[in-house]
Amino acid sequence: MSVPHAWTPPTSVDAPTPTPEQVVAGLKGTDEGGPDLVQLLTPEGERVSDPRFDGYAADVDVESLKALYRDMVLVRRFDREGNALQRQGQVGIWVPLLGQEAAQIGAGRAMQPQDMAFPSYREHGVAWTRDIDPVDLIGIFRGTDHGSWDPKEKRFHYYTIVIGNQCLNATGYAMGQKFESKVGEGADAEATICFFGDGATSQGDVHEGFVWSSVYDAPVVFYCQNNQWAISEPNERQTRVPLYKRAQGYGFPGIRVDGNDVLACLAVTRWALEECRTGNGPVLIEAFTYRMDAHTTSDDPSRYRLADELELWKLKDPIERVRVNLVRQHGVEQEFFDSVQAESDELAVRFRDHCVNLPQPAPDRMFSQVYAEGSPNIDAQREAYLAYHSSFDTEGSLAGPSIEGA
Amino acid sequence: MTRLTISKAINDGLRAAMERDSKVIVMGEDVGKLGGVYRVTDGLLKDFGEQRVLDTPLAESGIIGTAVGLAIRGFRPVCEIQFDGFVFPGYDQIVSQLAKLHFRTQGKVRMPVVVRIPFGGGIGAVEHHSESPEALFAHVAGLKVVACSNPADAYWMIQQAIASDDPVIFFEPKRRYWEKAEVDLDSEPPPLFSSRVARKGSTLTLVSYGAPLKTCLEAATAAEADGHDLEVIDLRTLSPLDLGPVAESVRRTGRLVVVAEAPPETSVAAEVAARIQEECFHSLEAPVIRVTGFDVPYPPSKCEDDFLPDLDRILDGVDRSMAW
Repeated sequence: MSVPHAWTPPTSVDAPTPTPEQVVAGLKGTDEGGPDLVQLLTPEGERVSDPRFDGYAADVDVESLKALYRDMVLVRRFDREGNALQRQGQVGIWVPLLGQEAAQIGAGRAMQPQDMAFPSYREHGVAWTRDIDPVDLIGIFRGTDHGSWDPKEKRFHYYTIVIGNQCLNATGYAMGQKFESKVGEGADAEATICFFGDGATSQGDVHEGFVWSSVYDAPVVFYCQNNQWAISEPNERQTRVPLYKRAQGYGFPGIRVDGNDVLACLAVTRWALEECRTGNGPVLIEAFTYRMDAHTTSDDPSRYRLADELELWKLKDPIERVRVNLVRQHGVEQEFFDSVQAESDELAVRFRDHCVNLPQPAPDRMFSQVYAEGSPNIDAQREAYLAYHSSFDTEGSLAGPSIEGA
Repeated sequence: MTRLTISKAINDGLRAAMERDSKVIVMGEDVGKLGGVYRVTDGLLKDFGEQRVLDTPLAESGIIGTAVGLAIRGFRPVCEIQFDGFVFPGYDQIVSQLAKLHFRTQGKVRMPVVVRIPFGGGIGAVEHHSESPEALFAHVAGLKVVACSNPADAYWMIQQAIASDDPVIFFEPKRRYWEKAEVDLDSEPPPLFSSRVARKGSTLTLVSYGAPLKTCLEAATAAEADGHDLEVIDLRTLSPLDLGPVAESVRRTGRLVVVAEAPPETSVAAEVAARIQEECFHSLEAPVIRVTGFDVPYPPSKCEDDFLPDLDRILDGVDRSMAW
C-alpha cells in the first residue's frame, strides 16, 4: 500500500499580524447578518417565528429535528476525520466544511428526490443528504478517482473545482427541466439547486448563470454559502452590497438566511425550490455562515484573520443550538446524544478504514473513459505504456492488475 | 446529387439531425431569427421552435456552460460560436467541463455536444474574425476536433458530429461558405474521424484541412506543368489525427508538405510532421516542410494575403521539398 505524498507547507517566514485594515475588513465581513436575515432558531436554541417561512417548517417535529441533528453531527464527524487523514498523510488535501453543516443539511434535506444538485467541492453535507456514502468522497482527496457515484441516480453532480463553472451547468440542466415540461403544478415537477461560495460570486460564470436562468425562467435555486472568506479574501474584496441583494438586478428574488440555522435553511430552501418547481424561478439564497476551519488543510487562516472572529462564531454554532433546543423545548434525553455520538465515531472508523485501504489504481487507469467512443491515439498510447510497464519484473511491482476488461 | 454551398450543406445537415432526434437543439448568438451571421441556421427556428433553436444571451461561456448542463440532462446541443476569435470566453467551460466530464465520471455522464466555429481568414474582416485556433482544442484531451473543406463533407460530418457521444469541435472554413459543389445525399459517408485522399498522386504528398485544402488542389493542378504528380490528403479530423493514409502516401512519395493557415509553432501541422517522421523515417527523401501562417497575431486584413498560404507559397514548399 503506497501512501500519497503529504503536502508540505512552505516554511513560514514569521506570519505577519493582520493589518488594521484587514482586521476591520474581517470584522465587517463577519458581522451580524442584518435585519433581513431569516432565522427560525436563535443561536441560543430558541424557536422564533417568521410568518413568511414558519409554514415551510411546520412539519418539523421532534423526530425530524433529531434527524437533522444527527445529520449534522455525523457530517461534522467525518469532516474532522478528513482533516486528520490529511495530517497523517493519508490524503493529499481535505476541504473542511466545519461550521457550514446547517447550511448544507438544511438545503439538502429541502430537496425532493427528483430535484438535481450541482455542488462546488465543499458540499460533503449535501452529498450526505443525497444518500452518497461519505466513503465515496474520500477517493477524490486521496487521488484514486474524481468521484465514483452515479450523478443521475443520486441526482447530485460531481464536485466542480473550477470556481463558478457549475452555475452555468446547473442553469443548463434547469433549462432542460423546463424544456421537458417538468416545471408546473404536477407532482413530478423538478428544480435544480446550485451550490457556490461568496468568492464565486465574482466569477463571470455566476453572473452569466444569473442572466441565463432569468431570461429562460429556469427552475434553479442559486445557493450561495457566504462563509465570509474566499481563502484569505473577505467579502469586501468581492462585493459592495450584501450578496443576496444582487438578485434584484437580475430580476429575481434574493434572500439572506441564517446559514447556521438548519431550520431556517430548510424552510427557505423548501420555499425556493417550490417557487422554481412551479415556474417562479430562479431564486438566490445567501446562506450567511462562517468557515470555522481553514479553506483547505493546506491553508493557514492565522495569516489573514483573527482568532477572536472564530470565537465569535463559535457562539453561533449550527449544531449546538439544535442540541439546546432539543433538550430545553423537547426534553430529549442525553441517551439520544450519546447514541448519535457513538454512531458518528463508527462512521469515522469506517471512513478511515475505507480511505487507507483504497487500492492503488492500475497503471492503465488514466487511459480509461477519456472518450465515450474511444480514440485510436489513446489506445496506442495505452498499449505502448503497458508494454513498457510489463518490460519490468512484475514481482514487487507497485502496480495492481490492469483494469482492462474490468 | 444536388449542388450546395457549404453553408447550405451544414444547414441541411443540421435539419436532418434535428428531424432525426428531438434531443438535438441549436443554440448561439443570432442563430434564430437571423439564421446566424453566415445563415448556417437559416429557417431552423421557424420549423423547430424556440425550445430547439435558442437565440441565446451574448455570452460564450454561457453558451457552452449551459450546453454542458443540457447534455447532462440528456440533450444533444449544437452550439454556434459566431467567430473563431470569440470562443475564448467559452474556452474555460470547454476545457474544464466539456472535455473532462466523461473522464471525471468514468463514463457516467456523456457530453454529446458539438461546438461549431467558423475559422480562418481571407474575408477582409476586422480583428478577431479570421483566426485558426484549432491547435488550442486539438491539444485538449477529451475533445475531438474536425474541420470540413467542402459541401459534401460539411453535410455529412455535421450529422456525424451530432451523432457522436463525445464533444466535437467543428471547424467550418468560413471563406468557403458560399462555394458550391455536388453533394450526393444518398451516398454512404466515410467515418467522421478519418482522413481522405482528395487527389491521387505519386511524387509528393500535400496534406491540409479546411479552407487551404482547395488551394492545395489548385497547386496540384498547377504543379502538373512542372511534371509533378501531387497527392493531396484532406485531414478532416485534427483530433484524433488519422495519419494512416498520410503515412501510406509518404511511403510511396517520400515527400510531405503540410499546409495550414494557423501559426506553425506547436500546431496541428507540427504534430503531423512529428508523427510522420516517426512512422516514415526511412521512407522520407526530404524533411517534412510546413507551409503555414506565421507566428504572429492575425494581421490587419490588408496584410492577410501575406499571411495566408497561397498557391505560390505552396508551390514554393513543393519545390523546396523536391530540390532536397
